[in-house]
Amino acid sequence: MNFPVIKGASYGLIQACDMVRYQGTTQTSEMRLNPASEYLAQMPGHLRAFADAVAYPPNQVYIGNLRPRALRDIPSPWYNNPIPNASAQGTYGAILPQEDFLGLMKAVDKFDLVLLEESFQNAAAERLAANAAVSGWKALAALQKGQAEAAQIEALVQEHKAEPLYNGGKLVGCVKKAHDFDAALSEHVMFENLVAKASAAFALALLLQKTGLAAEEVDYIIECSEEACGDMNQRGGGNFAKSIGEICECLNATGSDMRSFCAGPAHAMVTASALVQAGIYKNVVVLAGGASAKLGMNGKDHVKKGLPILEDMLGAFAVHIGENDGVSPIIRTDAVGRHRIGSGASPQAVMQAIVAEPLNRVQLRISDVDCFSAEMQNPEITEPAGAGDVPLANYKMIAALGVMCKDFEKSELAAVVDRIGMPGFAPTQGHIPSGVPFLGHCRDMILEGALNRVMIIGKGSLFLGRLTNLFDGVSFVVERNPGKADEPAQEATSNEAVRSAMAEAFSSLAASLRAQ
Amino acid sequence: MDLENQRRIKEFAEQYGSEDFILVLGGGEAEASGLAAETVSVGDPTFAGPLAGVSLGLKAYHIFELKDEIDPAVYEEQISMMEMVLDVDAIMQEVATYRG
Amino acid sequence: MGILQGKKVAILGDRDGIPGMAIEECVRTAGADVVFSTTECFV
Repeated sequence: MNFPVIKGASYGLIQACDMVRYQGTTQTSEMRLNPASEYLAQMPGHLRAFADAVAYPPNQVYIGNLRPRALRDIPSPWYNNPIPNASAQGTYGAILPQEDFLGLMKAVDKFDLVLLEESFQNAAAERLAANAAVSGWKALAALQKGQAEAAQIEALVQEHKAEPLYNGGKLVGCVKKAHDFDAALSEHVMFENLVAKASAAFALALLLQKTGLAAEEVDYIIECSEEACGDMNQRGGGNFAKSIGEICECLNATGSDMRSFCAGPAHAMVTASALVQAGIYKNVVVLAGGASAKLGMNGKDHVKKGLPILEDMLGAFAVHIGENDGVSPIIRTDAVGRHRIGSGASPQAVMQAIVAEPLNRVQLRISDVDCFSAEMQNPEITEPAGAGDVPLANYKMIAALGVMCKDFEKSELAAVVDRIGMPGFAPTQGHIPSGVPFLGHCRDMILEGALNRVMIIGKGSLFLGRLTNLFDGVSFVVERNPGKADEPAQEATSNEAVRSAMAEAFSSLAASLRAQ
Repeated sequence: MDLENQRRIKEFAEQYGSEDFILVLGGGEAEASGLAAETVSVGDPTFAGPLAGVSLGLKAYHIFELKDEIDPAVYEEQISMMEMVLDVDAIMQEVATYRG
Repeated sequence: MGILQGKKVAILGDRDGIPGMAIEECVRTAGADVVFSTTECFV
């Protein structure tokens, strides 16, 4: 089988402290229910500086400057052990400050909804023109016009016609509602959608910059965030993917949006692989931007326990899936795991369906997989909030499943967890941590010979949508390329063989029909 | 605990009373499980939801504590793997604290 | 008599612990009447 390959991956982070305060749902809910709360008063004192976010070890792993297992050697808490001389530029991506990102939101806005105060906009335009990832965007021209006055922005926000954009506690802009009363086009929805669009476009720009993929080579884009765009007649009509490709001038691409909560990226990777393997498209990009709603999601626990607000990062990624080049790691499309509607809800049924079943199908055991990337949430964020160490729990489940499948002895549990696992390093941005943050590292580690086979797992809490109680999970296996990309001559021969076999089958079928 | 879930549990408690109505938890971690048990017993300690300052006096059990009452085959199929994953003793101890 | 037999039960499952549906299957075998079942997600 000529499997598709992972040609490259990019990762973007945006520190967005003011969005934590004004758009994160934990904070906006608190403002609605308990505006005089102690938490809202204390929270701003727990926000961290951009330099601290850059030097934060998990963020350095996310953009590719450190391998995930390097976190094992950094004493906890990681926020007290910054990486010296850390750079906002990474092997796979970059970390952007909020003031630059607000400029990107204005640049990607096609309906004049984003207003920025004049001096703020001009400064952002200047900085973005010097940012190698996006400096070539024609869309940056939007920053050369339409500068707003502070009074105009203030009035729109006060009249509830616009979502405020703050920077450093100062109102610097707004996102206007796109319709008088359509809830699907409200100022808040437009804000969230423009955040998702701008951050995904940033990740795509990083992919083009870092991997040498040309924009015009992209045939198809699958966007897999957790937002929905549309109007009141089709609330989730779409299409983020094309709107993002347009910004990066992927003029030959079309695309669509794929959703399954945090499992979305895994579904998108499987679909992209199928499209490439079937020969429908040569180059597919799977991407997603960040979720402003989840900023500061566990902030109450972090403030209560004296931690910084670690959920100040919007996450984004883009992955290029292409035809087999004989070198890049392959995606084993014959070993795709899926949680079926009838699989059952118990954790062991889920893990059986997404880990054991697909491996069994290709005669592999759990012990044949070097490393698993399940849900890579940073435990420093989830543990203080009572959600435990999510990646570690997944590794324990996989190891326990291995014990139940008689791959390991129960006494080996801890050693197996250590061997197949790595510390979580992704921001708690829902779809962002779900398996895919490891793809960049995984590609290079396989090419370097450090790994041979990896399983990527996405899991999603479908019940949050109140349409089903079902859970979701999808997995796929990434493997070292055996270097046997089909050569044209061989392909011709095998096609010839198939044709003659089919001709034989048809003639014998015809003969048997005649005999009847 | 989720605010909407607090509201629903409050309604059921009013409908059925604290004698005939109990809560069964599946929390993955001791502290969070204890928090849920505390919320339905003496009220929401975070003062965020409908159970803030409301003492329903409900009894909450973690499913691990009820193992002896469950059909062993079903328990094996649904729960047993997580006994290898989660800190069973810590969770049971924490949840039991709030039943007085 | 057990804790669950004949009781009305609300289930609060955890996505990263035991999900609501798995608890439902269990408590029904002990004679409980499940009136509410949900699963919380912290991530």
